[in-house]
Amino acid sequence: MSLEAHVAPRRPLRRLTVTDFRSYERASLSLDGRAVYLYGPNGAGKTNLLEAVSLLAPGRGLRHAPLVEIGRRMPGEAVGRAWSVAAVLDDPDEGGDGDYRIGTGLESPGSVRRTVRLQGQTVPPARLSDQIRLVWLTPQQDRLFLEGPSDRRRFFDRLVHAAEPGHASAASTYEKALRERMRLLTEARDAGRAVDGAWLTALEAQAATSGAALSMARARTILALQAEIEGRADRPFPQADLSLTGEWEQMALSGAPEADLEAKLARALAVGRERDAGAGRALSGPHRGDLAVQHREKDRPAAECSTGEQKALLLNLVLAQAARLSRAVSAPNPVLLLDEVAAHLDAMRRAALFDEIEALGLQAFLTGTDEALFSDLKGRAQGVHVDAGSLTIAEDR
Amino acid sequence: MAAAGPEIERLIALLAKLPGLGPRSARRAALALLKRREQLLLPLTEAMADAGARVRPCQTCGALDTCDPCAVCSDGSRDGRLICVVEEVGALWALERGGSFRGRYHVLGGLLSALDGVGPEALRVEELIARVVDTDVREVILALPATVDGQTTAHYLADRLSGAANAISVTMLARGVPVGGELDWLDDGTIAQALRARRPV
Repeated sequence: MSLEAHVAPRRPLRRLTVTDFRSYERASLSLDGRAVYLYGPNGAGKTNLLEAVSLLAPGRGLRHAPLVEIGRRMPGEAVGRAWSVAAVLDDPDEGGDGDYRIGTGLESPGSVRRTVRLQGQTVPPARLSDQIRLVWLTPQQDRLFLEGPSDRRRFFDRLVHAAEPGHASAASTYEKALRERMRLLTEARDAGRAVDGAWLTALEAQAATSGAALSMARARTILALQAEIEGRADRPFPQADLSLTGEWEQMALSGAPEADLEAKLARALAVGRERDAGAGRALSGPHRGDLAVQHREKDRPAAECSTGEQKALLLNLVLAQAARLSRAVSAPNPVLLLDEVAAHLDAMRRAALFDEIEALGLQAFLTGTDEALFSDLKGRAQGVHVDAGSLTIAEDR
Repeated sequence: MAAAGPEIERLIALLAKLPGLGPRSARRAALALLKRREQLLLPLTEAMADAGARVRPCQTCGALDTCDPCAVCSDGSRDGRLICVVEEVGALWALERGGSFRGRYHVLGGLLSALDGVGPEALRVEELIARVVDTDVREVILALPATVDGQTTAHYLADRLSGAANAISVTMLARGVPVGGELDWLDDGTIAQALRARRPV
């Protein structure tokens, strides 16, 4: 597959404005559509800007932070202020001349929900996926292969979700149905009475439908990512063999039709009632699935590789995701956020990363403490100097 | 804030309990009522007293009316073999507005939710089963919301109904492209659902 094969018309961010956001009182950045590298000392606010961009997608952003913690807080203030992130994209409806405005933030300090506006209209956060799809890699993910499966599941589900936004509603239906089922099971057990079989069956039917759908979506994503990685053998990044270890994802990968998965999952839940009631949680189902990554050349699991190799494997996976999104007609505007990635790569891999970002035509945001890290990007990207909450566009050439 | 007297504060506190009204909008509503005593406040008082005295839930279907059985249940021109199950009276009114349904209704009074502590005994489920068993019902249409709770309740009712009477058919409202809807404005889930529910032209 050629690197230049992207088809979706790009609508890069043209302007990003943050207000009372983390360390920023107010800051605004005009962007020209090329990649952006942010450099400046530790604690200057580089990652804060990436987080601001990450909130232009549904969810809690790349820090996974509680919304009330994002607002700027002055000494003596008990809670963070009402914050906002506003972005301007090209308007797809007016031949790219007009502005398309995206805004999100808290309407008042301490709000539990964030408000999302598209062109001034308040919409559900899920609608952000219509405008922009994000892929990110942060230092917090360095331990992804070493930690428990829940972080990996969340990481992987985000990759699925960026390509198939319906994945999020299947996942929330699945979780809600399982929670309701658990409540029924434990209440009946505590009260020493028989469970309401018809009610449980109704919940299990919903868990089975949504659980089958999300297993199928995960299987589709793993196949697409693996295919993408195979097409990237010429890059200086380690090749990974990806698999999903959960039994339901395995069944989906083996080509079983969704209806079979659904029937089998409904049966497993019905059979497992007593066992699950005793355990206090459902012991089988796609909520237990895990992503396994194997370093192909070294023939060992990622967790056993060096820290640097783990990081490179992860970066290759994230780039494969960016590449597949940049070609997907249904995924508008992939934007790539790479926090402190450049510093961990040797010069060859760094150059390869920059080449790839340019070839994909993605809008990417990179951070690093030292401007010299990005010297290969001069003239091909926009440099922004970040210092103590102020932003300066660097001289271009 | 003690600017208003206790009578007015009580009015505001009660208004604030209405759906869609918060403390601020309740204050505005109270002020509007008090300023327009003859045109608004007194007629409203009268209408509320009247409704409070005369409106009762229908023993058969659970709709609200001044007569029991309600107007729909006692209307002989409606098809008693067709029962449409709805969550609340609001959904019944929406269906009646459309005017295309000529059967009768059954108002559940809520949806199953284990986390909110709403079980079948809190809903008018037994009344529905009894109606289906006792009368000549041919079809039960489940017009419940497309949420987890709505669909759980629909599954549950379908199961209970098929166990109680095997000659009736249980159906659900179709889900998919709205009338006059354009595909590019639909979310992925609705499009997938519409595709699954496609039918010959």
